[in-house]
Amino acid sequence: MSVLRAQNIKAYYKLLDGDVKAVEDVTFSLEAGEILGIAGESGCGKSTLAATLSTVILPPLKLIGGRLIIEDGKNIFELQERTLRREIRGKYLALIPQSAMNALNPTKKIKHLVIDAIRTHQPRMPKEEILKISKKQFEEIGLPPRVLESYFFELSGGMKQRSVIAMSSLLNPKVLVADEPTAALDVSTQKIVLNLLVSLKEKGIVQSIIFITHDIAVLRQIADRIMVMYAGMIVEVGGIEDVVFKPLHPYTQGLISTVIVPEPDIKEKVLTGIPGAPPNLKDPPPGCRFHPRCKFVMPECKKKVPPLAPKNGKIVLCWLYA
Amino acid sequence: MSFVTDNIILETKNLTKVYEVGLFKKGSVMAVDDVSFNLHKGEIISVVGESGSGKTTMAKAILKLLPPTDGKILYNGKDISEFKKREDLINYWRHVQGIFQDPYAPFNLFYKVDRVFNIIFNLFEKPFSREERRKMIESSLEMVDLNPKEVLGKYPHQLSGGQRQRILIARSLIVNPEILLADEPTSMIDASTRVDVLRVFLSLREKQGLSIIFITHDVGLAYYISDRMLVMQKGRIIEEGKVEEIIMNPKQEYTKKLLSSIPTLTKKWEFFERIGTC
Repeated sequence: MSVLRAQNIKAYYKLLDGDVKAVEDVTFSLEAGEILGIAGESGCGKSTLAATLSTVILPPLKLIGGRLIIEDGKNIFELQERTLRREIRGKYLALIPQSAMNALNPTKKIKHLVIDAIRTHQPRMPKEEILKISKKQFEEIGLPPRVLESYFFELSGGMKQRSVIAMSSLLNPKVLVADEPTAALDVSTQKIVLNLLVSLKEKGIVQSIIFITHDIAVLRQIADRIMVMYAGMIVEVGGIEDVVFKPLHPYTQGLISTVIVPEPDIKEKVLTGIPGAPPNLKDPPPGCRFHPRCKFVMPECKKKVPPLAPKNGKIVLCWLYA
Repeated sequence: MSFVTDNIILETKNLTKVYEVGLFKKGSVMAVDDVSFNLHKGEIISVVGESGSGKTTMAKAILKLLPPTDGKILYNGKDISEFKKREDLINYWRHVQGIFQDPYAPFNLFYKVDRVFNIIFNLFEKPFSREERRKMIESSLEMVDLNPKEVLGKYPHQLSGGQRQRILIARSLIVNPEILLADEPTSMIDASTRVDVLRVFLSLREKQGLSIIFITHDVGLAYYISDRMLVMQKGRIIEEGKVEEIIMNPKQEYTKKLLSSIPTLTKKWEFFERIGTC
Protein backbone atom coordinates (compact mmCIF):
# COMPACT_ATOMS: atom_id res chain seq x y z
CA MET A 1 0.00 0.00 0.00
CA SER A 2 1.35 3.41 -0.88
CA VAL A 3 1.58 5.95 1.90
CA LEU A 4 2.64 8.67 -0.49
CA ARG A 5 2.21 9.03 -4.24
CA ALA A 6 3.94 11.88 -6.05
CA GLN A 7 2.67 12.59 -9.55
CA ASN A 8 4.53 14.86 -11.97
CA ILE A 9 5.73 17.25 -9.30
CA LYS A 10 7.33 20.41 -10.66
CA ALA A 11 8.80 23.05 -8.39
CA TYR A 12 10.72 26.07 -9.62
CA TYR A 13 12.51 28.88 -7.86
CA LYS A 14 10.96 32.04 -9.29
CA LEU A 15 13.73 34.60 -9.62
CA LEU A 16 13.79 37.99 -11.29
CA ASP A 17 15.99 36.77 -14.11
CA GLY A 18 14.23 33.48 -14.79
CA ASP A 19 13.14 30.22 -13.22
CA VAL A 20 15.46 27.71 -11.62
CA LYS A 21 13.95 24.39 -12.59
CA ALA A 22 14.97 22.49 -9.49
CA VAL A 23 12.36 19.72 -9.52
CA GLU A 24 11.11 18.63 -12.93
CA ASP A 25 8.40 16.05 -13.41
CA VAL A 26 9.07 13.81 -10.43
CA THR A 27 6.79 10.80 -10.11
CA PHE A 28 7.16 7.99 -7.60
CA SER A 29 5.31 6.16 -4.87
CA LEU A 30 6.39 5.34 -1.36
CA GLU A 31 5.14 2.05 0.05
CA ALA A 32 4.34 1.41 3.70
CA GLY A 33 7.32 0.02 5.60
CA GLU A 34 10.02 0.91 3.13
CA ILE A 35 13.06 3.14 3.24
CA LEU A 36 13.41 4.98 -0.05
CA GLY A 37 16.77 6.54 -0.77
CA ILE A 38 17.24 9.57 -3.00
CA ALA A 39 20.78 10.02 -4.25
CA GLY A 40 22.44 12.73 -6.28
CA GLU A 41 25.12 15.41 -6.29
CA SER A 42 24.74 18.78 -4.63
CA GLY A 43 22.58 21.06 -6.71
CA CYS A 44 20.55 18.25 -8.25
CA GLY A 45 17.33 19.29 -6.51
CA LYS A 46 17.29 16.71 -3.70
CA SER A 47 16.69 19.23 -0.95
CA THR A 48 14.12 21.11 -3.02
CA LEU A 49 12.29 17.84 -3.52
CA ALA A 50 12.46 17.22 0.25
CA ALA A 51 10.96 20.64 0.95
CA THR A 52 8.25 20.11 -1.64
CA LEU A 53 7.34 16.66 -0.31
CA SER A 54 7.02 17.98 3.22
CA THR A 55 4.79 20.82 1.89
CA VAL A 56 7.15 23.50 3.20
CA ILE A 57 7.15 25.48 -0.05
CA LEU A 58 8.42 28.96 0.73
CA PRO A 59 9.06 31.71 -1.82
CA PRO A 60 10.97 32.01 -4.10
CA LEU A 61 10.23 28.27 -4.41
CA LYS A 62 6.91 27.77 -6.13
CA LEU A 63 4.95 24.65 -6.89
CA ILE A 64 4.26 24.66 -10.63
CA GLY A 65 2.31 21.46 -10.95
CA GLY A 66 1.76 17.93 -9.76
CA ARG A 67 -0.10 16.07 -7.08
CA LEU A 68 0.97 14.55 -3.78
CA ILE A 69 -1.55 11.94 -2.72
CA ILE A 70 -1.70 10.49 0.77
CA GLU A 71 -3.22 7.25 2.00
CA ASP A 72 -6.86 8.35 1.96
CA GLY A 73 -6.61 9.63 -1.62
CA LYS A 74 -6.42 13.33 -0.80
CA ASN A 75 -4.07 15.56 -2.78
CA ILE A 76 -2.38 17.48 0.02
CA PHE A 77 -1.15 20.23 -2.27
CA GLU A 78 -4.77 21.38 -2.44
CA LEU A 79 -5.22 21.73 1.33
CA GLN A 80 -5.24 25.04 3.18
CA GLU A 81 -2.12 26.11 5.06
CA ARG A 82 -4.05 25.85 8.36
CA THR A 83 -5.15 22.27 7.74
CA LEU A 84 -1.68 21.33 6.58
CA ARG A 85 -0.20 22.59 9.81
CA ARG A 86 -2.76 20.94 12.06
CA GLU A 87 -3.36 17.67 10.27
CA ILE A 88 -0.48 16.84 7.99
CA ARG A 89 2.87 18.26 9.01
CA GLY A 90 4.46 16.42 11.90
CA LYS A 91 1.57 13.96 12.04
CA TYR A 92 1.53 12.45 8.59
CA LEU A 93 4.69 13.90 7.08
CA ALA A 94 7.71 15.11 9.02
CA LEU A 95 10.91 16.63 7.69
CA ILE A 96 14.38 16.61 9.18
CA PRO A 97 15.91 19.52 7.28
CA GLN A 98 19.53 19.59 6.26
CA SER A 99 21.89 20.63 9.08
CA ALA A 100 18.92 21.14 11.40
CA MET A 101 21.14 20.31 14.31
CA ASN A 102 23.19 23.43 13.72
CA ALA A 103 20.12 25.63 13.57
CA LEU A 104 18.78 24.97 17.08
CA ASN A 105 18.34 27.98 19.32
CA PRO A 106 21.27 28.03 21.77
CA THR A 107 19.41 30.07 24.40
CA LYS A 108 16.65 27.48 24.89
CA LYS A 109 16.72 24.07 26.44
CA ILE A 110 15.79 21.11 24.27
CA LYS A 111 12.52 20.71 26.21
CA HIS A 112 11.46 24.25 25.32
CA LEU A 113 12.16 23.54 21.68
CA VAL A 114 10.09 20.37 21.94
CA ILE A 115 7.14 22.21 23.53
CA ASP A 116 7.39 24.92 20.91
CA ALA A 117 7.42 22.42 18.08
CA ILE A 118 4.44 20.43 19.35
CA ARG A 119 2.37 23.51 20.17
CA THR A 120 2.66 24.61 16.54
CA HIS A 121 0.78 21.50 15.49
CA GLN A 122 -1.34 20.91 18.60
CA PRO A 123 -1.90 24.27 20.29
CA ARG A 124 -4.04 22.90 23.11
CA MET A 125 -1.85 20.10 24.36
CA PRO A 126 -0.79 20.80 27.98
CA LYS A 127 2.91 21.20 28.73
CA GLU A 128 3.05 18.26 31.11
CA GLU A 129 1.66 15.92 28.52
CA ILE A 130 4.12 17.10 25.87
CA LEU A 131 6.98 16.53 28.29
CA LYS A 132 5.64 13.10 29.16
CA ILE A 133 5.44 11.89 25.58
CA SER A 134 8.78 13.41 24.68
CA LYS A 135 10.45 11.76 27.66
CA LYS A 136 9.00 8.45 26.56
CA GLN A 137 10.08 8.97 22.97
CA PHE A 138 13.61 10.01 23.93
CA GLU A 139 13.96 6.92 26.12
CA GLU A 140 12.57 4.71 23.39
CA ILE A 141 15.37 5.72 21.03
CA GLY A 142 18.10 5.47 23.64
CA LEU A 143 18.60 9.09 24.62
CA PRO A 144 18.85 9.77 28.37
CA PRO A 145 16.07 12.08 29.70
CA ARG A 146 18.68 14.60 30.83
CA VAL A 147 18.96 15.59 27.16
CA LEU A 148 15.61 17.38 27.51
CA GLU A 149 17.08 19.55 30.26
CA SER A 150 20.22 20.45 28.29
CA TYR A 151 21.07 23.22 25.92
CA PHE A 152 21.99 21.89 22.53
CA PHE A 153 25.60 23.05 22.67
CA GLU A 154 26.09 20.73 25.63
CA LEU A 155 25.45 17.74 23.39
CA SER A 156 27.79 15.94 21.01
CA GLY A 157 27.12 15.97 17.27
CA GLY A 158 25.50 12.55 17.29
CA MET A 159 23.29 13.36 20.25
CA LYS A 160 22.20 16.63 18.64
CA GLN A 161 21.17 14.87 15.46
CA ARG A 162 19.39 12.14 17.43
CA SER A 163 17.50 14.77 19.44
CA VAL A 164 16.45 16.43 16.20
CA ILE A 165 15.23 13.08 14.86
CA ALA A 166 13.38 12.39 18.12
CA MET A 167 11.73 15.81 17.95
CA SER A 168 10.57 15.36 14.39
CA SER A 169 9.08 11.95 15.12
CA LEU A 170 7.25 12.93 18.34
CA LEU A 171 3.80 12.81 16.77
CA ASN A 172 4.51 9.43 15.16
CA PRO A 173 4.39 10.60 11.55
CA LYS A 174 3.73 8.03 8.84
CA VAL A 175 6.43 9.41 6.56
CA LEU A 176 9.75 10.83 7.71
CA VAL A 177 11.78 12.79 5.17
CA ALA A 178 15.42 12.95 6.28
CA ASP A 179 17.58 15.37 4.28
CA GLU A 180 21.30 14.51 4.63
CA PRO A 181 20.92 13.61 8.32
CA THR A 182 24.48 12.30 8.56
CA ALA A 183 26.31 14.87 6.45
CA ALA A 184 28.34 16.57 9.18
CA LEU A 185 28.94 13.52 11.36
CA ASP A 186 31.96 11.28 11.49
CA VAL A 187 31.70 7.65 10.50
CA SER A 188 31.02 6.04 13.86
CA THR A 189 28.37 8.60 14.81
CA GLN A 190 26.88 8.20 11.36
CA LYS A 191 26.40 4.51 12.06
CA ILE A 192 24.56 5.27 15.32
CA VAL A 193 22.22 7.72 13.57
CA LEU A 194 21.50 5.26 10.75
CA ASN A 195 20.81 2.58 13.33
CA LEU A 196 18.34 4.93 15.00
CA LEU A 197 16.47 5.64 11.77
CA VAL A 198 16.11 1.93 11.02
CA SER A 199 14.89 1.23 14.52
CA LEU A 200 12.31 4.05 14.33
CA LYS A 201 10.81 2.18 11.42
CA GLU A 202 11.09 -1.27 12.98
CA LYS A 203 9.43 -0.09 16.18
CA GLY A 204 6.57 1.36 14.17
CA ILE A 205 7.15 4.94 15.33
CA VAL A 206 7.30 5.91 11.66
CA GLN A 207 6.07 3.81 8.77
CA SER A 208 8.28 4.83 5.90
CA ILE A 209 11.39 6.92 5.49
CA ILE A 210 12.66 8.96 2.57
CA PHE A 211 16.41 9.25 3.04
CA ILE A 212 18.25 11.87 1.00
CA THR A 213 22.02 11.76 0.64
CA HIS A 214 24.87 11.99 -1.84
CA ASP A 215 26.55 8.91 -0.41
CA ILE A 216 25.43 5.73 -2.16
CA ALA A 217 27.33 3.53 0.28
CA VAL A 218 25.15 4.86 3.12
CA LEU A 219 21.99 4.12 1.13
CA ARG A 220 23.26 0.62 0.46
CA GLN A 221 23.18 0.05 4.23
CA ILE A 222 19.65 1.20 4.94
CA ALA A 223 17.53 1.72 1.84
CA ASP A 224 15.20 -0.83 0.23
CA ARG A 225 14.74 1.13 -2.95
CA ILE A 226 16.70 3.98 -4.45
CA MET A 227 15.97 6.88 -6.78
CA VAL A 228 18.89 8.59 -8.48
CA MET A 229 18.34 12.25 -9.25
CA TYR A 230 20.25 14.37 -11.71
CA ALA A 231 19.60 18.06 -12.45
CA GLY A 232 16.06 17.98 -11.05
CA MET A 233 14.96 14.78 -12.78
CA ILE A 234 14.83 11.20 -11.69
CA VAL A 235 17.14 9.16 -13.89
CA GLU A 236 16.94 5.70 -12.36
CA VAL A 237 14.67 3.94 -9.87
CA GLY A 238 15.07 0.41 -8.61
CA GLY A 239 15.81 -1.99 -5.78
CA ILE A 240 18.98 -1.02 -3.95
CA GLU A 241 20.96 -4.10 -4.96
CA ASP A 242 19.89 -3.91 -8.59
CA VAL A 243 21.00 -0.30 -8.82
CA VAL A 244 24.26 -0.71 -6.92
CA PHE A 245 25.45 -3.86 -8.65
CA LYS A 246 23.93 -3.38 -12.09
CA PRO A 247 23.52 0.35 -12.68
CA LEU A 248 22.02 1.19 -16.05
CA HIS A 249 22.09 4.96 -16.43
CA PRO A 250 25.56 6.35 -17.24
CA TYR A 251 25.20 8.83 -14.39
CA THR A 252 24.43 6.11 -11.86
CA GLN A 253 27.40 4.14 -13.14
CA GLY A 254 29.62 7.17 -12.58
CA LEU A 255 28.23 7.80 -9.13
CA ILE A 256 28.81 4.22 -8.06
CA SER A 257 32.32 4.08 -9.47
CA THR A 258 33.35 6.92 -7.13
CA VAL A 259 32.59 5.07 -3.90
CA ILE A 260 35.81 4.49 -2.00
CA VAL A 261 35.79 1.59 0.43
CA PRO A 262 38.57 0.10 2.56
CA GLU A 263 38.82 -3.09 0.56
CA PRO A 264 42.03 -4.51 -0.91
CA ASP A 265 41.24 -4.09 -4.60
CA ILE A 266 40.37 -0.38 -4.41
CA LYS A 267 43.99 0.73 -4.76
CA GLU A 268 44.36 -0.93 -8.14
CA LYS A 269 41.12 0.51 -9.42
CA VAL A 270 41.44 3.72 -11.40
CA LEU A 271 38.77 6.01 -10.05
CA THR A 272 37.49 8.23 -12.79
CA GLY A 273 34.72 10.28 -11.26
CA ILE A 274 32.27 12.10 -13.48
CA PRO A 275 33.87 14.77 -15.65
CA GLY A 276 32.36 18.25 -15.67
CA ALA A 277 29.95 19.86 -13.26
CA PRO A 278 26.14 19.66 -12.91
CA PRO A 279 24.33 22.15 -15.19
CA ASN A 280 22.91 25.47 -14.14
CA LEU A 281 19.23 24.72 -13.58
CA LYS A 282 18.20 28.14 -14.78
CA ASP A 283 19.08 27.06 -18.26
CA PRO A 284 19.37 23.26 -18.29
CA PRO A 285 20.74 21.61 -21.43
CA PRO A 286 18.04 20.57 -23.92
CA GLY A 287 17.10 16.92 -24.24
CA CYS A 288 18.64 14.65 -21.64
CA ARG A 289 20.10 16.90 -18.96
CA PHE A 290 23.09 14.63 -18.50
CA HIS A 291 24.25 14.62 -22.12
CA PRO A 292 27.12 17.17 -21.81
CA ARG A 293 28.85 14.89 -19.27
CA CYS A 294 27.86 11.55 -20.73
CA LYS A 295 30.35 9.30 -22.51
CA PHE A 296 27.65 7.45 -24.46
CA VAL A 297 26.09 10.61 -25.87
CA MET A 298 24.06 10.13 -29.09
CA PRO A 299 22.44 12.69 -31.41
CA GLU A 300 18.94 12.18 -30.02
CA CYS A 301 20.13 12.84 -26.45
CA LYS A 302 20.62 16.50 -27.37
CA LYS A 303 17.15 16.87 -28.90
CA LYS A 304 14.53 15.15 -26.78
CA VAL A 305 14.09 14.18 -23.16
CA PRO A 306 14.12 10.37 -23.05
CA PRO A 307 11.02 8.60 -21.68
CA LEU A 308 11.11 6.80 -18.32
CA ALA A 309 11.40 3.22 -19.59
CA PRO A 310 11.28 -0.03 -17.61
CA LYS A 311 14.38 -2.22 -18.02
CA ASN A 312 15.49 -5.24 -15.97
CA GLY A 313 13.03 -4.46 -13.16
CA LYS A 314 14.20 -0.87 -12.91
CA ILE A 315 13.02 2.35 -14.47
CA VAL A 316 15.57 4.36 -16.43
CA LEU A 317 15.51 7.73 -18.13
CA CYS A 318 18.00 7.21 -20.94
CA TRP A 319 17.96 6.84 -24.72
CA LEU A 320 20.28 3.83 -24.44
CA TYR A 321 17.38 1.80 -23.08
CA ALA A 322 14.37 3.54 -24.59
CA MET B 1 56.25 1.72 -7.53
CA SER B 2 57.29 3.61 -4.50
CA PHE B 3 57.84 7.33 -4.31
CA VAL B 4 58.88 7.34 -0.68
CA THR B 5 62.48 8.24 0.11
CA ASP B 6 64.43 7.68 3.32
CA ASN B 7 64.79 11.39 3.99
CA ILE B 8 62.89 12.43 7.09
CA ILE B 9 61.45 15.83 6.35
CA LEU B 10 59.20 16.45 9.33
CA GLU B 11 59.28 14.93 12.75
CA THR B 12 57.25 15.50 15.90
CA LYS B 13 58.68 14.52 19.27
CA ASN B 14 56.32 14.06 22.21
CA LEU B 15 54.05 16.77 20.87
CA THR B 16 51.50 17.78 23.49
CA LYS B 17 48.84 20.44 23.49
CA VAL B 18 46.66 21.22 26.49
CA TYR B 19 43.79 23.65 26.13
CA GLU B 20 43.02 25.48 29.32
CA VAL B 21 39.37 26.16 30.00
CA GLY B 22 37.79 28.86 32.13
CA LEU B 23 38.95 32.19 33.47
CA PHE B 24 41.33 30.88 36.15
CA LYS B 25 42.49 27.83 34.23
CA LYS B 26 40.07 25.68 36.17
CA GLY B 27 39.89 22.87 33.69
CA SER B 28 42.09 21.56 30.95
CA VAL B 29 41.62 19.45 27.89
CA MET B 30 44.44 17.24 26.70
CA ALA B 31 43.93 17.67 22.95
CA VAL B 32 47.18 16.14 21.73
CA ASP B 33 48.99 13.80 24.08
CA ASP B 34 52.61 12.80 23.52
CA VAL B 35 52.50 12.34 19.76
CA SER B 36 55.67 11.32 17.98
CA PHE B 37 55.87 10.45 14.31
CA ASN B 38 57.92 11.23 11.27
CA LEU B 39 57.22 12.00 7.65
CA HIS B 40 59.55 11.07 4.81
CA LYS B 41 60.00 12.99 1.63
CA GLY B 42 57.48 11.86 -0.97
CA GLU B 43 55.36 10.02 1.54
CA ILE B 44 51.62 10.32 2.13
CA ILE B 45 50.58 9.58 5.67
CA SER B 46 47.04 9.78 6.90
CA VAL B 47 45.85 10.60 10.38
CA VAL B 48 42.57 8.89 11.18
CA GLY B 49 40.26 9.34 14.14
CA GLU B 50 36.83 10.43 15.29
CA SER B 51 35.93 14.06 15.78
CA GLY B 52 37.56 15.35 18.94
CA SER B 53 40.55 13.03 18.75
CA GLY B 54 43.00 15.91 18.32
CA LYS B 55 43.73 15.62 14.61
CA THR B 56 43.10 19.26 13.78
CA THR B 57 44.96 20.54 16.84
CA MET B 58 47.98 18.57 15.72
CA ALA B 59 47.66 20.02 12.21
CA LYS B 60 47.50 23.54 13.59
CA ALA B 61 50.59 22.98 15.70
CA ILE B 62 52.51 21.69 12.69
CA LEU B 63 51.43 24.69 10.63
CA LYS B 64 52.66 26.88 13.49
CA LEU B 65 49.25 28.38 14.04
CA LEU B 66 49.15 27.14 17.64
CA PRO B 67 52.06 26.92 20.08
CA PRO B 68 52.45 23.39 21.49
CA THR B 69 52.38 23.01 25.29
CA ASP B 70 55.21 20.52 25.22
CA GLY B 71 57.33 18.63 22.75
CA LYS B 72 59.02 19.58 19.54
CA ILE B 73 58.29 19.74 15.86
CA LEU B 74 61.37 19.39 13.72
CA TYR B 75 61.41 20.48 10.10
CA ASN B 76 64.53 19.21 8.34
CA GLY B 77 66.06 18.78 11.79
CA LYS B 78 65.31 22.35 12.93
CA ASP B 79 62.92 23.10 15.79
CA ILE B 80 60.10 25.21 14.37
CA SER B 81 59.42 26.98 17.66
CA GLU B 82 62.69 28.83 17.06
CA PHE B 83 61.32 30.41 13.90
CA LYS B 84 60.37 33.81 15.25
CA LYS B 85 61.65 36.33 12.78
CA ARG B 86 59.51 37.24 9.80
CA GLU B 87 61.96 35.75 7.27
CA ASP B 88 62.10 32.45 9.13
CA LEU B 89 58.33 32.20 9.36
CA ILE B 90 57.84 33.08 5.73
CA ASN B 91 60.47 30.58 4.78
CA TYR B 92 58.70 27.88 6.82
CA TRP B 93 55.30 28.61 5.32
CA ARG B 94 56.77 28.55 1.87
CA HIS B 95 57.65 24.94 2.47
CA VAL B 96 54.72 23.79 4.59
CA GLN B 97 51.23 24.63 3.37
CA GLY B 98 47.78 23.71 4.63
CA ILE B 99 44.40 22.98 3.06
CA PHE B 100 41.30 22.89 5.19
CA GLN B 101 37.92 21.29 5.32
CA ASP B 102 35.67 24.04 4.07
CA PRO B 103 36.07 24.91 0.38
CA TYR B 104 33.44 27.64 0.73
CA ALA B 105 34.80 29.80 3.56
CA PRO B 106 38.00 31.19 1.97
CA PHE B 107 36.11 32.77 -0.92
CA ASN B 108 34.41 36.14 -0.77
CA LEU B 109 31.13 35.79 -2.62
CA PHE B 110 31.30 39.31 -4.02
CA TYR B 111 34.65 38.98 -5.74
CA LYS B 112 35.99 36.76 -8.46
CA VAL B 113 37.87 33.67 -7.39
CA ASP B 114 41.15 35.13 -8.68
CA ARG B 115 41.34 37.11 -5.47
CA VAL B 116 42.22 34.13 -3.29
CA PHE B 117 45.58 34.04 -5.01
CA ASN B 118 46.59 37.54 -3.87
CA ILE B 119 47.89 36.82 -0.39
CA ILE B 120 50.08 33.87 -1.26
CA PHE B 121 52.41 36.17 -3.21
CA ASN B 122 53.36 37.87 0.07
CA LEU B 123 55.39 34.75 0.84
CA PHE B 124 57.86 35.68 -1.88
CA GLU B 125 60.64 38.12 -1.20
CA LYS B 126 60.61 39.72 -4.60
CA PRO B 127 57.43 41.18 -6.06
CA PHE B 128 56.14 39.74 -9.31
CA SER B 129 54.64 41.60 -12.20
CA ARG B 130 51.01 41.06 -13.12
CA GLU B 131 51.91 38.83 -16.09
CA GLU B 132 54.29 36.72 -14.05
CA ARG B 133 51.65 36.19 -11.41
CA ARG B 134 49.08 35.27 -14.01
CA LYS B 135 51.45 32.72 -15.52
CA MET B 136 52.23 31.17 -12.14
CA ILE B 137 48.53 30.93 -11.28
CA GLU B 138 47.74 29.33 -14.61
CA SER B 139 50.49 26.75 -14.37
CA SER B 140 49.51 25.75 -10.84
CA LEU B 141 45.86 25.47 -11.89
CA GLU B 142 46.94 23.11 -14.63
CA MET B 143 48.74 21.01 -12.05
CA VAL B 144 45.42 20.37 -10.31
CA ASP B 145 43.66 19.44 -13.57
CA LEU B 146 41.74 22.68 -13.87
CA ASN B 147 41.51 24.64 -17.06
CA PRO B 148 42.51 28.23 -16.13
CA LYS B 149 40.14 29.60 -18.76
CA GLU B 150 37.24 27.79 -17.15
CA VAL B 151 37.77 28.95 -13.58
CA LEU B 152 39.55 32.31 -13.60
CA GLY B 153 37.25 35.30 -13.78
CA LYS B 154 34.32 33.36 -12.33
CA TYR B 155 32.50 34.00 -9.09
CA PRO B 156 32.63 31.37 -6.31
CA HIS B 157 29.00 30.30 -6.72
CA GLN B 158 29.64 29.36 -10.34
CA LEU B 159 32.08 26.63 -9.32
CA SER B 160 31.49 23.28 -7.63
CA GLY B 161 32.93 22.37 -4.24
CA GLY B 162 35.50 20.12 -5.87
CA GLN B 163 36.64 22.87 -8.21
CA ARG B 164 36.96 25.33 -5.34
CA GLN B 165 38.95 22.89 -3.25
CA ARG B 166 41.28 22.31 -6.21
CA ILE B 167 41.72 26.09 -6.61
CA LEU B 168 42.80 26.21 -2.97
CA ILE B 169 45.24 23.38 -3.57
CA ALA B 170 46.54 25.28 -6.60
CA ARG B 171 47.02 28.32 -4.41
CA SER B 172 49.21 26.45 -1.96
CA LEU B 173 51.22 25.00 -4.84
CA ILE B 174 52.29 28.43 -6.08
CA VAL B 175 55.05 28.59 -3.48
CA ASN B 176 56.15 25.07 -4.43
CA PRO B 177 55.88 23.56 -0.94
CA GLU B 178 57.53 20.40 0.29
CA ILE B 179 54.79 19.40 2.69
CA LEU B 180 51.06 19.72 2.22
CA LEU B 181 48.87 19.33 5.26
CA ALA B 182 45.33 18.51 4.20
CA ASP B 183 42.79 18.63 7.03
CA GLU B 184 39.63 16.77 5.94
CA PRO B 185 39.90 18.25 2.44
CA THR B 186 37.12 16.12 0.98
CA SER B 187 34.51 15.87 3.70
CA MET B 188 32.40 18.73 2.35
CA ILE B 189 32.64 17.71 -1.29
CA ASP B 190 30.34 15.44 -3.25
CA ALA B 191 31.42 11.87 -3.76
CA SER B 192 31.62 12.35 -7.52
CA THR B 193 34.09 15.25 -7.34
CA ARG B 194 35.96 13.92 -4.31
CA VAL B 195 37.79 11.51 -6.58
CA ASP B 196 39.26 14.39 -8.60
CA VAL B 197 40.75 15.96 -5.49
CA LEU B 198 42.29 12.67 -4.37
CA ARG B 199 43.75 12.10 -7.82
CA VAL B 200 45.38 15.51 -7.69
CA PHE B 201 47.10 14.62 -4.41
CA LEU B 202 48.45 11.37 -5.84
CA SER B 203 49.75 12.98 -9.01
CA LEU B 204 51.44 15.81 -7.07
CA ARG B 205 53.34 13.30 -5.04
CA GLU B 206 54.32 11.45 -8.19
CA LYS B 207 55.42 14.51 -10.16
CA GLN B 208 56.86 16.80 -7.51
CA GLY B 209 57.76 14.47 -4.67
CA LEU B 210 55.38 16.30 -2.36
CA SER B 211 54.92 14.89 1.13
CA ILE B 212 51.33 14.93 2.32
CA ILE B 213 49.72 14.62 5.73
CA PHE B 214 46.12 13.68 5.04
CA ILE B 215 43.73 14.05 7.96
CA THR B 216 40.38 12.28 7.71
CA HIS B 217 37.80 10.31 9.64
CA ASP B 218 37.20 7.99 6.72
CA VAL B 219 39.46 4.95 6.84
CA GLY B 220 38.48 4.12 3.27
CA LEU B 221 39.91 7.36 1.92
CA ALA B 222 42.99 6.96 4.09
CA TYR B 223 43.55 3.51 2.68
CA TYR B 224 43.12 4.67 -0.89
CA ILE B 225 45.52 7.57 -0.72
CA SER B 226 48.23 6.90 1.82
CA ASP B 227 51.27 4.76 2.48
CA ARG B 228 51.17 4.85 6.25
CA MET B 229 48.36 5.44 8.69
CA LEU B 230 48.26 6.85 12.20
CA VAL B 231 45.13 6.13 14.21
CA MET B 232 44.39 8.73 16.87
CA GLN B 233 42.12 8.41 19.84
CA LYS B 234 41.77 11.01 22.59
CA GLY B 235 44.93 12.79 21.50
CA ARG B 236 47.15 9.71 21.42
CA ILE B 237 48.39 7.66 18.52
CA ILE B 238 47.14 4.19 19.32
CA GLU B 239 48.07 2.40 16.13
CA GLU B 240 50.56 3.10 13.40
CA GLY B 241 51.73 1.17 10.39
CA LYS B 242 51.41 0.43 6.70
CA VAL B 243 47.84 0.97 5.51
CA GLU B 244 47.52 -2.55 4.12
CA GLU B 245 48.46 -4.05 7.47
CA ILE B 246 46.06 -1.90 9.43
CA ILE B 247 43.16 -2.54 7.08
CA MET B 248 43.71 -6.27 6.83
CA ASN B 249 44.69 -6.83 10.40
CA PRO B 250 43.74 -4.05 12.82
CA LYS B 251 45.04 -4.64 16.32
CA GLN B 252 43.13 -2.11 18.41
CA GLU B 253 39.41 -2.35 19.13
CA TYR B 254 39.03 1.32 18.20
CA THR B 255 40.53 0.80 14.76
CA LYS B 256 38.23 -2.17 14.21
CA LYS B 257 35.26 -0.02 15.17
CA LEU B 258 36.30 2.74 12.76
CA LEU B 259 36.71 0.20 9.99
CA SER B 260 33.36 -1.43 10.62
CA SER B 261 31.60 1.95 10.55
CA ILE B 262 32.55 2.63 6.94
CA PRO B 263 29.53 1.90 4.76
CA THR B 264 30.51 -0.27 1.81
CA LEU B 265 28.65 -1.42 -1.25
CA THR B 266 29.22 -5.13 -0.95
CA LYS B 267 28.34 -5.79 2.66
CA LYS B 268 25.18 -4.83 4.49
CA TRP B 269 25.33 -4.06 8.17
CA GLU B 270 23.41 -5.86 10.85
CA PHE B 271 21.40 -3.25 12.64
CA PHE B 272 19.97 -3.37 16.14
CA GLU B 273 22.89 -4.67 18.07
CA ARG B 274 21.86 -2.09 20.59
CA ILE B 275 21.10 1.56 20.26
CA GLY B 276 24.18 3.14 21.75
CA THR B 277 24.06 5.96 24.25
CA CYS B 278 27.09 7.94 23.28
